[in-house]
Amino acid sequence: MLIRTPKLSELKENQLTAQSVYSNRRNILKGLGYLGAGALLTGNKANAFNLFGTADKSPFKTRDLSFSQLTSEIDKQILTPDQKVISHNNFYEFGTGKSDPVEASQNFKVDPWTLKIDGLVEEPITLGYEDLYKAFDLEERIYRLRCVEAWSMVVPWIGFPLQKLLQKARPLSSAKYVAFETLYDPKQMPGQKSRFSGGGIDYPYVEGLRLDEASHPLTLMSVGLYGKTLPPQNGAPIRLVVPWKYGFKSIKSVVSIRLTDKMPPTTWNRLAPSEYGFYANVNPQVDHPRWSQGSERLITTGNLFNRNRVATKMFNGYEEVAPLYKDMDLTRYI
Amino acid sequence: MFRLNKNHILLLKVFLHCAAFLPLARLYYCAFADKLGADPVQVILHFTGIGAFNLLLLSLLVSPVAKNLRQGQLINIRRPLGLYAFTYALFHFLSYIAFDLQFEWQLLISEIFKRPYIYVGFISLLILTVLALTSTKSIQRKLGSTWQKIHNWVYLALLTVSLHYFWSVKSGLIQPIMYICFALLLTFVRYKKLTKNLKRQNQRI
Repeated sequence: MLIRTPKLSELKENQLTAQSVYSNRRNILKGLGYLGAGALLTGNKANAFNLFGTADKSPFKTRDLSFSQLTSEIDKQILTPDQKVISHNNFYEFGTGKSDPVEASQNFKVDPWTLKIDGLVEEPITLGYEDLYKAFDLEERIYRLRCVEAWSMVVPWIGFPLQKLLQKARPLSSAKYVAFETLYDPKQMPGQKSRFSGGGIDYPYVEGLRLDEASHPLTLMSVGLYGKTLPPQNGAPIRLVVPWKYGFKSIKSVVSIRLTDKMPPTTWNRLAPSEYGFYANVNPQVDHPRWSQGSERLITTGNLFNRNRVATKMFNGYEEVAPLYKDMDLTRYI
Repeated sequence: MFRLNKNHILLLKVFLHCAAFLPLARLYYCAFADKLGADPVQVILHFTGIGAFNLLLLSLLVSPVAKNLRQGQLINIRRPLGLYAFTYALFHFLSYIAFDLQFEWQLLISEIFKRPYIYVGFISLLILTVLALTSTKSIQRKLGSTWQKIHNWVYLALLTVSLHYFWSVKSGLIQPIMYICFALLLTFVRYKKLTKNLKRQNQRI
């Protein structure tokens, strides 16, 4: 079981890269003029060809959270430094480049927020912004996040098990699936404005789980990371984290959780059904049609010479979920 | 009418060396110093890949521009542009092996044969390598008319590079499509020359 507590103090400080360095990275590339023609179409126009750097916009304010650190053996895994966790994101609502989200999302409004839990439940629930942090006890969980692009990170999330929320809503016996939806707000999310900047995706982003997957104790609704509330690029104010599935299942900035009796549509599956299945369980035996899933690059500290290619594990190492799929051929149900 | 002379071309070449070599040096310096964001490997691969494509397109832009603007001297910068396209492609491939696959040779072999986009990328590199190796004046003289035939392979490379790019992106095909349109345009302006060459070859057969 990988629900562990790290000695945060041991790993944190020395792994940080100075903020100024990170902020400057994009300008280096811009200066080189090799961003490609897409830079003309995407992102904020004001920045695209500014060789002299932009004044740092005031970053999104996060605040400290109080949460319980589960007592267990110290995790020997190295955490991904927080500056990397919050600057390397796939969140196409804010642009398709890895550093687009951190640049385009800092003015994202999370308060007020409304998260609705409805559909086939006895007791529909509406959570406001403050409820997200108070309705349930928060705990820290260190999970590996494995992206379908064959890189991974180790992230100390803070949140509560989705199971607790579902129990409160009391699903009807007819409920079989859980459908999630990200906020749709093109004014705040530039990627939702046009097909050019949003990666050709039909927004809002939707995801789904089987009810038994959603009720598994590992399935987390996260409201924070590294001891603080989530920054927008990581899915503020609340997101899903399903550690045994590829990262795109872990939907960000969730506004709706709906229980249904039919398998809900999911965004990447709709876009390319042969490449992204509904289940999307991490599986080294089943390659993506265009690249191998047998190994991954674990993003931790260090530069280019860091030997960080590691073997990918079945269910991303979370073997305890195997019973959920015991009679299923996982090479067919991808 | 203004004509570019040898001095102008020399200046252009100096500019080209600065514009092509310095960014590459700076890129690797930043990557080694861990100043390229969370995943320097991805940045390097994208930068060298798109850079190689840009340079390849530029090198193919030279002769139509030289012809239409009647600037014969301009043709002299075609060779360095092509060589830089090759250099970028080589760094792209070497970085893929060294930093992405991290010298897992078995994985490299299986990826090259199993994945269409890697496969066409590899073919592109092979073509550019042949073109680079046969690019000197003395070899050009030795090969005579065969040289042109060999160097017409660049149009095949244009096709494979386009496919490589198109197939490698996860979603959002706008940018690859723009590149492909530009590649088609560059082929189209040579339509007469290329069909003439093909006809001549067919007659011989």
